[in-house]
Amino acid sequence: MQMSAQTHYQAELDAGRFCIQQCPACERHVFAPRELCPHCGAGGLRWVRASGLGTVYSTSTIARKQDAGGNHNVALIDLDEGVRMMSRVEGLVPEAVTIGLRVQAHVGQKDGRGLVLFTPVAQGGAA
Amino acid sequence: MSRIPPSHLDAAAVNRGLRGRVAIAGAATYGCGEAPGMDDMTLLVRAAQAAVADAGLTMQDIDGLATCSVNASMWPMPVIEHLGINPTYVDGTMIGGSSFIAHLLPAIRALEAGQCKAVLVCYGSAQRSATFGRKESIAARRFLDPQPYEFPYEPVLPVTAYALAAARHMHEFGTTRRQLAEVAVAARAWAQKNPEAFMRDPLSIDEVLAARPIASPLTVRDCCLVTDGGGAIVLTRAERARDLPRPPVYVLGNATAVWHRQISCMPDLTTTAAAQSGAQAFAMAGMRAADMDMAQVYDAFTINTILFLEDLGFCAKGEGGAFVQDGGIAPGGRLAVNTNGGGLSCVHPGMYGIFALIEAVRQLRGEAGARQLPIHRTAVVHGNGGTLSSQSTAILGTFDTL
Repeated sequence: MQMSAQTHYQAELDAGRFCIQQCPACERHVFAPRELCPHCGAGGLRWVRASGLGTVYSTSTIARKQDAGGNHNVALIDLDEGVRMMSRVEGLVPEAVTIGLRVQAHVGQKDGRGLVLFTPVAQGGAA
Repeated sequence: MSRIPPSHLDAAAVNRGLRGRVAIAGAATYGCGEAPGMDDMTLLVRAAQAAVADAGLTMQDIDGLATCSVNASMWPMPVIEHLGINPTYVDGTMIGGSSFIAHLLPAIRALEAGQCKAVLVCYGSAQRSATFGRKESIAARRFLDPQPYEFPYEPVLPVTAYALAAARHMHEFGTTRRQLAEVAVAARAWAQKNPEAFMRDPLSIDEVLAARPIASPLTVRDCCLVTDGGGAIVLTRAERARDLPRPPVYVLGNATAVWHRQISCMPDLTTTAAAQSGAQAFAMAGMRAADMDMAQVYDAFTINTILFLEDLGFCAKGEGGAFVQDGGIAPGGRLAVNTNGGGLSCVHPGMYGIFALIEAVRQLRGEAGARQLPIHRTAVVHGNGGTLSSQSTAILGTFDTL
C-alpha cells in the first residue's frame, strides 16, 4: 500500500519507532515528513531511525488551569541530524526547561497513538 | 538576509515600473471593537460601502475584488453576492493576516493592464461577538487545516509560536521582558489618542509584566486584542485617483514572502521573511527604512514589532529591544509605530493587515486627529500571517514622493 509521509511517520511511531527522512540525493535529513527534499528537490526520501539526541532550540511554558492538567512545556528541539521538531520535554518542571538543554527522545503515547517526547540527557551525557 | 537569493531582488526590480502607478483612493473601517449582533459579512459590507463612498465612487464602479476570510474558503463569492458587483478581477488569496497587503501587487498589475478600473480590498470579522467566534473557528481549523507534527504537543496557537520566537530572541540577543512590554505600552499610548481604539486605559510596563501568563515569556498584555471590525480600501490607477475627491495615497512598493507554515519549520525564529518582503518592497519603491515617516507593522504580539523593525531595516538584527526601549516607538519617540494603537490596543478581528493599511492612509492624508504626525509623507505597512509564516510589505507615499 502506498502511504503518505504522515501516515508512514505515524505508523512507525505507533510501533514504537522514531523515524525521520533522509534525502537519497543530497543526504540531508528532513523533518517534518514530506514527499520532496526541501534542500535539493529530490523525491524518494528514505526513512531512517533518528538518533533521538537533540538540543532545545526554544521553549515556552504554556499556562493551563490546574484542573485541565496544569502548566505544560512546548519546545522546539534541534536533532543532531540537523532537523527541528516541536515536542515536549518531560522529567522536570516546565519552567526548568532551558534553551541549550541536551535531550534524548523516547516514543510515548497520547490517545493510543505514538508521539515523540524528550527527557534531559543525564549529566555526562549519552552519545 | 543570506537566505535571500539576488534573483529575488531582480524580481522586485521588474515591478519598479509599477511604482506609484496605483493609489488608494478610498478607505474606511466599520464596527471596530465590539459590534454585538453583527456578523462577518455585515461588517465587511458596511466598511466596503463607506470606503467606496470615501473614494467618490459607487458600488457599481467596483470591477475588482480582493478579499478572504478565516472561516470561509470560497469567501469572494458570497462577498460578490452581497455587494451586488460583477468583477472582472477576483483575488481570494488567503495567507493569514498579511493577505490584504499581499493583495496589492496583483491588483496593481490588473489595474495597470486594464483588466479592471477599481479594486475593492475588504475584510470583516465579528470574531469577538459572533456565535461562531474565535474559539469555534480555532476548533474547526484543527480539522480543516491540521498540523499533525505540532497539535499532539498541545501548543496554544498562534501564541505559543510567538512565545517560542520571543524566548529565542531573548536568548540570542539579550532582549528583555521589559523591552517586550515597551511595545505594548507604546501601542497603548498611541491608542489613548485614537477614539476608535478598543483599549484606552493607561498601561504601564509593570502591569504588562504582572499580567496573566499565557505562554512564557508572554503575558496576556503581550497579545493582540480579540475584537470585531471591518475595513476596506479602494485602489484605482493614479491618474484616476487624482480626479477623485480624496488625496491619493500612492503604492510605491509591495512584496510578499512565505518561508514556512508551521513554527517548527521556520528556519531561524529570530529572522522572519519580512527581511525578504521588506527588501523587495523597498527596492520597488527605491527607498529605505530611513526614508519612512512611520511604520504600521502587524503587532499580533509584542515580539512581532521588534522582529519587523529589525527585518525591515530600522535597526540591526538583535537591536530591536534597544530600539523600542525608553518610549522609542511611543508618541514622541524615535519612530512613530502603529499610531492607531495597533493590534495590541486598537483593533484585531482575526486578521489585522487591512487596518494597518487604513491607518497609514489616514496619517498620509493628515486625517489622524490627536495622533496625527507632523511629517507624514511616507509609510511602511507590514503584514504578517500564520505563525510568522507569511510576510507582506507595502511602501505608501503622498504625491510629493512620486
